[in-house]
Amino acid sequence: MRGDIYPRGALGDDPPILHPGYKSTLERAPSRPPVPIPQTLSELTGPIFGHDRCRPEDTDLTRQHAGAPQGERIIVAGKLLDEAGRPVAGQLVEMWQCNAAGRYRHPVDQHDAPLDPNFTGVGRAVTDAEGNWRFTTVKPGAYPWRNHPNAWRPAHLHFSLFGPSFMSRLVTQMFFPGDPLLALDPIFHGVPEHARDRLVAAFDLDVTQPEWALGYRWDIVLRGAKETPKGI
Amino acid sequence: MANVTPSQTVGPYLHIGLEWKDAHIVAGDSIPGRIRIEGQVADFKGQATPDCMVEIWQANAAGRYDHPADRRDDKKLTPGFKGFGRCSTDAQGMFRFVTVKPGAVPGPGNALQAPHIALGIFGRGLLKRLYSRLYFPDEPLNDADPVLNLVDPARRGTLIARKVAGGDLPTYRLDIRLQGGAETVFFEA
Ligand SMILES: [Fe+3]
Repeated sequence: MRGDIYPRGALGDDPPILHPGYKSTLERAPSRPPVPIPQTLSELTGPIFGHDRCRPEDTDLTRQHAGAPQGERIIVAGKLLDEAGRPVAGQLVEMWQCNAAGRYRHPVDQHDAPLDPNFTGVGRAVTDAEGNWRFTTVKPGAYPWRNHPNAWRPAHLHFSLFGPSFMSRLVTQMFFPGDPLLALDPIFHGVPEHARDRLVAAFDLDVTQPEWALGYRWDIVLRGAKETPKGI
Repeated sequence: MANVTPSQTVGPYLHIGLEWKDAHIVAGDSIPGRIRIEGQVADFKGQATPDCMVEIWQANAAGRYDHPADRRDDKKLTPGFKGFGRCSTDAQGMFRFVTVKPGAVPGPGNALQAPHIALGIFGRGLLKRLYSRLYFPDEPLNDADPVLNLVDPARRGTLIARKVAGGDLPTYRLDIRLQGGAETVFFEA
């Protein structure tokens, strides 16, 4: 639209709201297309959260209990950027996941896999001046989800980000490279093919800590202003 | 330039990662003029969805956003009021916030927008956030609101809350129908 400060091109890289392979979308996706509106002050502002929402132990999910959780310890790190490539500094990153056996610490999750008394599966981090964030955790297991016969979710981490405005708000999932379940996952396949690999982390020997944990790198890119807004 | 990361659903276990203590209290009891905002999120059959989450974002009573892009220093910020709230839906699909009625804020060409609250809806089965707005009933600015006027008049009512009698605070209710029936109008910006 005329006067847009945030480009709308990125909207086409999101999944369509109706994606029949993911059955729940049939019952919940609005049937009418969204009404395009101008980007007013209401869209160009948004909540800002940072250090007050995060304690140091929140970035290490292996140290939130008396003992170490079961499973393969990993490090996941990356940058939070906007689409102009600028770091998004001082921003809250929320992350949650199932344990190494594929079970969430959640009453609705009745998968017949063990809970781990030493694992909650919730992390929070705040990005530094260059947009860097980092978690130590265990690799989540695959889990079944009844969407279709023999349906299994690939291993994934859930992420939630705010960014510079209410329009940059993002909830997404990070996947692991080489996972054979990616080819079969309707949620992952909701993303248009050209943008799918953006959800897959890369194994990174530089993030890997010797004698301790494999490392993965995954940069997260949020919608952002074409240029730094100069007063609106 | 960098390629924007696509959205994925919050999934059914959003509560473990996203629930904050008192995140639905946008205005604490030291702030005058508090109101309650509530509603039910429902699916294509009109059935309550117990695994959704609603986020709200709004200006304070003076119409000022607590954000650096709002540089109107003549409108004062309210100490302790950020304007953001988050509430997951309960077993009946209900969400509830305690906040204040926002003031009018500027729109395109500095025409005033009617008081409104931005809504983000997440849930299992939603591959991306749904974006909508809550407007207030009996609000003279609604008729000229530049965003409401982009909506088919027959559907505008899905964006306007109704006053609910009783309760400890003045209460406004806006139900969100994801699909079918009086399907809520969602926006793209
Ligand atoms: Fe999951």
